[in-house]
Amino acid sequence: MTEQTQGSTATKPSEEITDVVIRLAGDSGDGMQLTGTQFTAVSALAGNDLATLPDFPAEIRAPAGTLPGVSAFQVRISSEDISTPGDIADVLVAMNPAALRSELSKLRQGGMVIVNSDGFEERDLDKAGYDANPLTDDSLADYQVVEVPMTDLTVRKVKELGVKGREAERSKNFFALGLLCWMYSRNPDDLRAWIEDRFAKDELIRDANITAFEVGWSFGETTELIPVTRSVAPMERPPGTYRNINGNTGLAWGIIAAAQLSGLPTYLGSYPITPASDILHELAKHPEAGIRTFQAEDEIAAAASSVGAAFAGDLAWTTTSGPGMALKGETIGLAISLELPLVIVDIQRGGPSTGLPTKTEQSDLTQALFGRHGESPLPVIAASRPADSFECAIQAAEIAIKYRTPVILLSDGYIANSSEPWCLPDVEDLPDLSTTYATGTNHTGADGVEEFWPYLRDPDTLARPWAIPGTPGLEHRIGGIEKADGSGDISYDPDNHQAMTDLRAAKVAGVARGYRKLEVTGDSEDADLLVVGWGSTWGAIAAAVERVRSAGGKVAHVHLRNLNPLPEDLGDIVRRYPKVMVPELNLGQLSMVLRSKYLIDAQSVSKVAGLPFTAGEIESEIHKMLGDDWSDR
Amino acid sequence: MSTTETTTTPVEIPSTTRADWQSDQEVRWCPGCGDYTILAALQFALPDMGVRREDTVVVGGIGCAARFPYYMNTYGVHGIHGRAPAIATGVALANPDLSVFVIGGDGDLLSIGGNHLLHALRRNVNLTILLFNNRIYGLTKGQYSPTSEQGKVTKSSPQGSEDAPLIPLSVALGADATFVARTHDMDRKHMEEVFKRAHQHRGAAFVEVLQNCNVFNNHAYEQITARKNREDMIIPLTQGEPIRFGPDGSKGVVLDPKHGAVVVDTADVSEDDLLVHDEARDHPSVAFALSRLSPNMDEPTPMGVFRAVDKPVYGERNPVTEQPPGRQLITDLLHSGSTWTVD
Ligand code: SF4
Repeated sequence: MTEQTQGSTATKPSEEITDVVIRLAGDSGDGMQLTGTQFTAVSALAGNDLATLPDFPAEIRAPAGTLPGVSAFQVRISSEDISTPGDIADVLVAMNPAALRSELSKLRQGGMVIVNSDGFEERDLDKAGYDANPLTDDSLADYQVVEVPMTDLTVRKVKELGVKGREAERSKNFFALGLLCWMYSRNPDDLRAWIEDRFAKDELIRDANITAFEVGWSFGETTELIPVTRSVAPMERPPGTYRNINGNTGLAWGIIAAAQLSGLPTYLGSYPITPASDILHELAKHPEAGIRTFQAEDEIAAAASSVGAAFAGDLAWTTTSGPGMALKGETIGLAISLELPLVIVDIQRGGPSTGLPTKTEQSDLTQALFGRHGESPLPVIAASRPADSFECAIQAAEIAIKYRTPVILLSDGYIANSSEPWCLPDVEDLPDLSTTYATGTNHTGADGVEEFWPYLRDPDTLARPWAIPGTPGLEHRIGGIEKADGSGDISYDPDNHQAMTDLRAAKVAGVARGYRKLEVTGDSEDADLLVVGWGSTWGAIAAAVERVRSAGGKVAHVHLRNLNPLPEDLGDIVRRYPKVMVPELNLGQLSMVLRSKYLIDAQSVSKVAGLPFTAGEIESEIHKMLGDDWSDR
Repeated sequence: MSTTETTTTPVEIPSTTRADWQSDQEVRWCPGCGDYTILAALQFALPDMGVRREDTVVVGGIGCAARFPYYMNTYGVHGIHGRAPAIATGVALANPDLSVFVIGGDGDLLSIGGNHLLHALRRNVNLTILLFNNRIYGLTKGQYSPTSEQGKVTKSSPQGSEDAPLIPLSVALGADATFVARTHDMDRKHMEEVFKRAHQHRGAAFVEVLQNCNVFNNHAYEQITARKNREDMIIPLTQGEPIRFGPDGSKGVVLDPKHGAVVVDTADVSEDDLLVHDEARDHPSVAFALSRLSPNMDEPTPMGVFRAVDKPVYGERNPVTEQPPGRQLITDLLHSGSTWTVD
C-alpha cells in the first residue's frame, strides 16, 4: 500500500464505514462523468475496492436543465471485495432540479442528498417538470438534505482569479468533487496533481478548478450540515501492482499486448460508433507498438480492410457495436470462407436499430453466433468485467491465430465504461502467440510438380497455412466461392461443399479442446440451483449468489467466457443441478442455446432496460426459483 | 511491414513473359467477352512493369470482371460485392511494398462499392484500380447498371431505365483522384500502355476500360471503338500536344467558358485556341471538362491519361513501427500512469 497523506479533518469526528454508494448527477455539460471518474481514481489509489456505473444520455448536450439532459455516474467504494456498483445509492449529489428529479428514486430512503441549491428558480423547476420547489415543500422529508449553493460559492472565489461569468460556473463540479473528497477523507494531493496534469494547457482553467476543489473541501470542513467525515479502509488484497481500468481500455491494451506476444504487425480497421470508439482512440495513440489504425469510410470497409490486412499477414481487428455488426455480417462470412485470423469486437448496446446507443445490453449474442448467411460458425468470446477484458482480447487473438479463423469478442456498454481495480498480470506469464507464415510448397501434384495448396489443413487444428504476399512460389488465389478441399480451387462439387462445410464446423468445434476447465463457484457440490451467466452479468450474479447463500440457500454459479464452441464440460455441469437459471440482458438468448444444446429446462431471467442487473433483482429471482426447496430449510 | 522506407534497395526482377502471369485456372467468361483481351493486355504488360509475381496482389469484388484474380498467377482475393477497394486498402496498408490491383465492373465499383471507390481515391491509397465498364449487369444476366444510358430497356427496366448514368471518370476526378485514364478493350496496345502508366503511378490510379459484354450489351461502344470508327470518334490525349483528332487532325478540342470542353473543326479556330493536353495540371477542372465529352458514349470520346499528379501516398504521413517491439512494451504500458502496489 502506498503511503497516503490524509486531508485535514481535524475539526470533525471521523467514522469508519465499509461501503458507500455515491451517485453524481447533473447536466450533460456539468462534467459529472469526469467528476465521478476522478473520485473513483483517488479511491482506487486509497486502496478501496470499487465498481462504477456511468449512466449518460446519447445526446451530447440535450437542452440544459431538462430531464433528457441528465448525466449520472454511480460509484461504490468499499473496504471489502465487491462485484457491483450497488443496487441503490447512499448519497446523491444533484447539480440541478432535473438531476434531483430524475435520480431521486435511485437513492435509498434516509439517504443523503447533496443539492446544488442554486438554480432552483421557477424557470429551472419548470424545465425539470416540478410544480413546486422540492427544497421548500416537504417532498424530501425522507432524506437527509444538504443544500449547498455550489454555483455561487464557486463563482465568487473563481472570479477573483479573473475567470468570468459562465466560465466561472463551469468549475462547480470541482466544488462537488472537493466536498466529496473531504467527506470520504480522500487524499487531496492526488486530486490536485491530476487537475494540474489534465488542465496543464490552460493555466486559468487549471487554477479555477483547483480553487473550486479547495472551496468545496473547506466548505465541508466548516459546514454545520455535515457533522462527520467518513473513511473507507483499504481492502485487503493479494500482493501485486494494481491500477484502475475500464473495459474499453483493458480491451485496447489487450490488443496491444497481443501484437507484442505474437510479434505480428497489427491492424485495426474501425468506424466510429458508440460505445466502441474509445478502443480506436486508444489504439491510434500507439503506432510505436506496431499498431496501424484505419478509420474507414463505413463499417463494411472497416471489416473488409481488416480482411485485406489479414491476407497480407497482419493480425487484424475491427471494433464496433451492434448496428455495425449487422453491417459487417457479409464480410465476416468472407473471413470465415477465407479462413484468415481476424477479431471482430462488438461492444454491445441497446437495440434494435439505433436503439439505446449509450446504454448496455447483451442482445447481440445470437447475432454473434448465427448472424451470417450459410453455415458459418466462428468462435465467440465474452468479457465479463473491465478487469478481464485484457485477457479476453489476448485469448481472442490466440484462437484467431491458431485456428486461422475470425473470432467475435463481445463486451458491452457497461463493461466498456465502468471501471474497477485490476491486478496487473505478470507479463512473463502471458502466452506466446507467435506463429509462422508458410514458406514453401506443401503438396506434390499428380505430375510430380511441387505446389502450394492454400487449403491443406493442419491435421490437429484443421487450420490452413497462412501464406502472405511477398513470399515467392506461394502465389495463390482465394475467395468467397466454395473452394476445393486442399487445392483451394473454385469448386461447385456437391460432395466437396458438404466436406468443406463439415471441416469448417469441425475446426471451430475443436477450439473447445484448448479451454481451461470451467469453475463452478458457490455450492458446487449440492446446489439446488445453478445460475449460468455470461458477460457483464458476472458481478450482479456473483453478489446475488453470495447473498442467497448467506441466507441459507444452496446455489452455484458458472460464468461462461467461451460461448462458441461451448466448453466441453458444460453439459455435465448444467445437468448436475435440479434447476438452472440464466440471467441475461436480452430476452433469453443463451438460455435458448442451452435448452436446445443440452435439452435442459434452463429458465431465462431477462432484463432489457438499458441498465445492468442489480444484485437484488437476481437475488429475488433466485429466491423465487428456489421456491419450496429453499423455504423448507 | 507497415513503415515505408525512404530508400529501398532495388529488388531483382526476374524476366517474365505473359505465360508466367497466367494461372492454371480455366477462364470462364463467355466466348467473345471483352474481358479476355483485357486479361491478355494486363498479362502482356506485366513483364514490363518491374514487379515480381509474389509482390503482386489482385483483388476483385463480385461480377464478371471481378473473377479476374483467379486467372492471374499472383496473389489474389476474390472478395465480396463492392468491397474490393476496401479489402485492397487493407492489403496496401499492411504491406506498402506490394503492387495491388483492384478489378471490378461498373456495378461492383460504382453501385454497391461506390463509397469505397470514392474513399480509396481521395485517400490516394497505393492501388491500381481497373474498372471494366460494360454498362450492364452481366453476372446477374442483364439488368441496367449505374452507367447504363437513360431509357435503357433491360429485364429490370422494361419501360426503359429512369436513372441518369454516372460518368466513371467524372466521379474519379470529383474525388480528386491523382491518376485518371481511359482505354478500351479493342486496342490491346493502348491498354498495355495505359496499364503500365497506371501501375507506375504512386497512389491511387483509376482506369476506365470500355468493355464489350457481347451477351447482354453487345456493341455498346461499337460506334467509338470499332476500327472503322476510331479515327472520327476517339480523341487521343497526348501529353503536351494540342488535342486533335479526326482525318488529318481536322477536329480539335477547345475550352469554352460556357460549355467546358467542346469539339470544334480545327479550320474554324486558330492553333493557339486548341486545348493543350497537360495531365499534370494540379487543378482537376480541365480534366473534368474532358471527362464530360461524350457523356452517352456516342460522340467523340477522349482516350488516354486525363490526369497524373503527384501527391503523398496514403499511409506515408503517419508511419507505424514495422515490428511490435515485444513484451517490455506491455510492461511499460500497464505500469504507465497511476498504479499502486500491495506488498
Ligand atoms: S456476361 Fe457479358 S461481361 Fe459477363 S462474361 Fe459474359 S460477355 Fe463477359
